Amino acid sequence: MSSLNNENQDLKYVIFKLEEEYYGIDINNVMSIEKAQDFTRVPNSPNYIKGVINLRGEVIPVIDLRNRFRLNEKEIDTNSRIIIVFVSEIQVGLLVDSSSEVMTFTEDEIDSAPSIKENISENFIKSIGKKDNKLIVLLNLENVVGIDVSE
Amino acid sequence: MDMNQYLDIFIEESREHLQYMNEHLLSLEKNPNEKSLLNEIFRVAHTLKGMSGTMGFTRIANLTHEMENLLDALRNDKVAANSHIIDILFRCFDSLDEYLNNIIEMGQEGELDSTGLVGEINSILNGDIDLQQANDKEQDKETLKLDEYTIKAIKSGNENNLNAYQINVKISEECMLKSARAFIVFTTLEESCEILHSNPPAEDIEDEKFDLEFTLVVVSSDDKKEIRDKLLSISEIASVDIEEVEITSQSFDNNEKMKQETASIDVKPTEIIQGSKTATQDKKKNITKSSNKIGKTVRVDIDRLDNLMNLVSELIIIKTRLEDTGNTQKGDMNEAIEYLERITTSLHDAVMKVRMVPIERVFNRFPRMVRDLTKDLGKDIELVMSGEETEVDRTIIDEIGDPLIHLIRNSIDHGIESPEIREQLGKNKTGILDLKAYADGNNVVIELDDDGSGLNLEKIKKKAVERGLISEYELNEMSKEDAIDLLFKPGFSTAETVSDLSGRGVGLDVVKTKIESISGNVEVKTEQGIGTKFIIRLPLTLAIIQALLINIGEEIYAIPLSSISEISSIKNNEIRKIQNQEVVLFRNKTLPIIRLNSVLGIEDSEDDEERTIVIVRKGDKEAGLIIDNLIGQQEIVIKSLGKFLSDIPYLSGATILGNGKISLILDVNSLF
Repeated sequence: MSSLNNENQDLKYVIFKLEEEYYGIDINNVMSIEKAQDFTRVPNSPNYIKGVINLRGEVIPVIDLRNRFRLNEKEIDTNSRIIIVFVSEIQVGLLVDSSSEVMTFTEDEIDSAPSIKENISENFIKSIGKKDNKLIVLLNLENVVGIDVSE
Repeated sequence: MDMNQYLDIFIEESREHLQYMNEHLLSLEKNPNEKSLLNEIFRVAHTLKGMSGTMGFTRIANLTHEMENLLDALRNDKVAANSHIIDILFRCFDSLDEYLNNIIEMGQEGELDSTGLVGEINSILNGDIDLQQANDKEQDKETLKLDEYTIKAIKSGNENNLNAYQINVKISEECMLKSARAFIVFTTLEESCEILHSNPPAEDIEDEKFDLEFTLVVVSSDDKKEIRDKLLSISEIASVDIEEVEITSQSFDNNEKMKQETASIDVKPTEIIQGSKTATQDKKKNITKSSNKIGKTVRVDIDRLDNLMNLVSELIIIKTRLEDTGNTQKGDMNEAIEYLERITTSLHDAVMKVRMVPIERVFNRFPRMVRDLTKDLGKDIELVMSGEETEVDRTIIDEIGDPLIHLIRNSIDHGIESPEIREQLGKNKTGILDLKAYADGNNVVIELDDDGSGLNLEKIKKKAVERGLISEYELNEMSKEDAIDLLFKPGFSTAETVSDLSGRGVGLDVVKTKIESISGNVEVKTEQGIGTKFIIRLPLTLAIIQALLINIGEEIYAIPLSSISEISSIKNNEIRKIQNQEVVLFRNKTLPIIRLNSVLGIEDSEDDEERTIVIVRKGDKEAGLIIDNLIGQQEIVIKSLGKFLSDIPYLSGATILGNGKISLILDVNSLF
């Protein structure tokens, strides 16, 4: 977040895709991007929790972002990725359709969040990035992971 | 000089010393005239004085110095031990404890003033000055006890025209490396003499466990002067006194039942050797005897052990994985895996052992606590402890202290009656509080048993209604066990008056939560008028456990073996429904049935006649869990589900199976 205040620094985001929409996560929060693998379902957990995975000996919970954003379900395929993020001292994976690039934005390529996406709860969006004629939804990770909106 | 790097060591060691002092003060209270105890306490005070002096903690140094004076007077019978003096010693200990706590918290001793204490000590000491001086004179003559070997050597030396000398060497006060100096003295002497005896022993001198002087007995062909000149040529030697040793009497006292025969040797009194010195030397002998008991240890940061533990865990996982692949192939592979298994198992055991500490660490603060509480409350209670050597994982040790303190206070405050009432009831005036620990399979059990009034269940129920915890209607239906359970409800306390000890309403619920947070459980047994017993069951370790793997639908779950009592099968049509709870008659008892699939949100796949049940227990209670399939017993490494999933019910963690997949561990306690 502090990088937002720093004018000289470029803002790097890991870009991923859900349905036909592009989203971005501040690269400082991203630890790694993994291929989707077997999940172990966690009973009685919120339904947006896809399950837990074994990441090199660590047990990491994974959030199904499609479910979190109330999009339709989709089978996991070879493009599916799990983005491991570290936010508020919690390590958690985000299941997305695909992810392949890191984008750099300058200050003026980022707009504050308008309420344009109806099916995404507003506080998931931090701001909107514009680049190469694409609109990229930059996410407020704390809210997506649900630390404040705990069940 | 930067002292910070030594501060940790200082704190750790001081803690140990204070603990030691505490134990001995408590024993001293029971045996006020036991000299060896006084010697021990003196030694600890002395060590503390030295350590704190080096670290620049003058308050501790001063107070321990005063304690030394008092202890020395006690030891030399200049003052007689009485409860007043022992109280003063306890107060000194408390002050030292507080200083140390301040150092731990702030790095400084703090402002606690102990001049009052010092004043009291001095008034005791001054009151007996006359006696003290009289004593000094009596002790003019020095006798040195030497063992048979030394005496024989002196005798044979005399026959060979060798002279035996007793050499007293005093090192100058400015000397920085006393032991090095002493070493030079030894090597110098060894050129021309044979050293027969050293007081304190040579090992102690090497470890610098002596003040400024030491005494040696040697045989040599040199005369006194030659030896003296040689020794005085060594720098930083303040004085050397040499006396010839003559064996005048061999008082082998047959009546003495000592193993080692001793003879006393008279040394001609000199103007330098004074009575007080004898005392110092005798003291030293005792010190060396006891200091040998302390085992050799290395302090290791717990993080490093955790790291080692993690590596072992990884090894166990990969071993399980190999076992899985090994099943498909035959021959050498299996042998190699068996070997690997043996190694990992012993490695695991070894690492576990490193992490294990005797429960004594927790127990040892209780005698003092009980003593103080009983004094405050005017009760007469004896604390009996056993099984202090039982070992538990370090992480558990850190957690179990507070709950135990709470339970003990509870027993003393509410449980055991005052001496008058006990006499009226025809009980022994002294109440017994029995604290014991023992290992039971993969568990450690701690029992706290008092012979007090027992729990007043009616009062508990009434209170619970008052506090709105249960309704009037529930009250009548309630079983004894359920009534006891009320004690553990938040916001419950039976004390009529709010005392300093308990009755603040933060009570047993905290104890229970704490114990359950380390996967343990508490059980209470009580008999009105006879006593109450708290039974705490704790896992031996929290990292690796034996578990039973089971199938529910397609999913694999792990149940800790420690909570399983047996596995059986029942017929579907045996299941009855009583008050919305499914039960089955099992071994002539009604056993509640829990359908794991519905608890875990899995469709019931089987409609078979026969169902497998895993019977689990929590304290006295048992329940049958219906499962689909048994997979088998396996050693599993417990992994936390992390903060994000910490609130999910019925799960206590996860583990990684041999195939790399995750299986969840059921929290049996929360199923009841």
